[in-house]
Amino acid sequence: MSPSYQDLLAAAREVIPEVEPSEVAPRVAEGAGPLIIDVRETGEWDQGHLPGAVHIPRGFLESRVAGVAHDLDHELLISCASGQRSLLAAVTLRDMGYTNVSNLAGGFARWKQNNHPVEVPRILTPAQRSRYSRHVLIPEVGEEGQLKLLDSKVLLIGAGGLGSPAAYYLAAAGVGTIGLVDDDVVDESNLQRQIIHTTDRVGVNKGESAKEAIRALNPEVQVNVHPFRVNRDNVLDLLSEYDVVVDGADNFPTRYLLADAALMTRTPLVHASILRFEGHASVFMPYDGPCYRCLFPEPPPPDLAPSCGEAGVLGVLCGVMGNVQATEAIKALLGIGDTLAGRLLIYDALGMTFTELKVRRDPDCPSCGPDANLQLRDYEAWCAGVGSHDHEAAGAPA
Amino acid sequence: MSAVKIPPVLRQAVGGERVVQADGATVGEVLDDLCTRHPAVGAQILTADGTLHKYVNLYVNDEDARLLQWTDTPVGDADTLMILPAMAGGAR
Repeated sequence: MSPSYQDLLAAAREVIPEVEPSEVAPRVAEGAGPLIIDVRETGEWDQGHLPGAVHIPRGFLESRVAGVAHDLDHELLISCASGQRSLLAAVTLRDMGYTNVSNLAGGFARWKQNNHPVEVPRILTPAQRSRYSRHVLIPEVGEEGQLKLLDSKVLLIGAGGLGSPAAYYLAAAGVGTIGLVDDDVVDESNLQRQIIHTTDRVGVNKGESAKEAIRALNPEVQVNVHPFRVNRDNVLDLLSEYDVVVDGADNFPTRYLLADAALMTRTPLVHASILRFEGHASVFMPYDGPCYRCLFPEPPPPDLAPSCGEAGVLGVLCGVMGNVQATEAIKALLGIGDTLAGRLLIYDALGMTFTELKVRRDPDCPSCGPDANLQLRDYEAWCAGVGSHDHEAAGAPA
Repeated sequence: MSAVKIPPVLRQAVGGERVVQADGATVGEVLDDLCTRHPAVGAQILTADGTLHKYVNLYVNDEDARLLQWTDTPVGDADTLMILPAMAGGAR
């Protein structure tokens, strides 16, 4: 005769030890408990679960368990609503070779009745699940990653060539707060590449113009407009409010200021610069990789460093490089993949080549080296002094 | 003969080319030959006493020449030398 459900449960109890909530609760509270796998359905899990538990719905248990329990000797505690589904799930894990599997007696219901602490997961709203569904589907992002993006704050220096695509895509991606620092207004000559602005917003502050575009694209994003230039007096306060800073500045004094301020506030700095058909990009992780000054100890003089306004830039190049920055910002926020930290990416649009150079920490770096005496200085004077090769006098830290 | 990659700001000095060839067994010799063939490049990257300006980064293939033997780094026919000054452009 085929075994009934009750027979299966009885047979399972023969081989799977059951643990009362009160036995394991003290260990869970100390963070020293077994790995708890909750096998209920998503709707049940969303209502609350044991602290520190991981969620694998019963139907995915066999395919996903190795992702959370690499070692067959790992101590596992399986839980469900009342302790029955989890009991059968525990048998399956035992059959798969796991040697130390227990079942939570009475399941989540008994745990809750005994007034042990419960974690209620933050979840995406149905509208967010729909909007960000393509992110949620990616294992490296998922619902947890999307929630992290929604909680994240990214500061963009410049809402121009690089800032336009970067801000647009970061807003689309659901980065919860976007700060835009730009004192400039939209000019007709910007529209060949600064796609977040529009013809009817010529004359409007770029931050305000970008805010309008972002509101239309994703009203959930909080946009902070900072309609001034970043300088020595405001940079530390600004950076300390954000998780990542995206450098789309148009001049060296600002770039060196940001590089030093990012170190001082320990803010990851996503760098890109562009000219004509060529783009550079890198990521500077404070004290955990090279900084901008390890890469470029000094700026070139003005005749070797024309701005895009002087030398021109292919409009679409901004899209590629701005989106490299947006990509790196998202990766840095989520802690996934390998960022460009320690590498300089060079994109040559004419040859359609991407070249990577190694960038290493300079042990003598005056900004991040062990003997550095890092202080914000007069970067305008310092850059001008370097350009005229009169380093000693110009731009001493102030 | 090594290939030398020329950054956008120096291309006018080499007749608009993105890559030029230059002779030499070391980075220094290749640069000397480059500046002989294209004196306008030398005017931009060398100081009055003939040394390289500090803002000039040199890469041999993907490695920073400062971490190799700088201008004494040996180079062969298969190596690419890249001259890399910082670029400022971004917003405007």
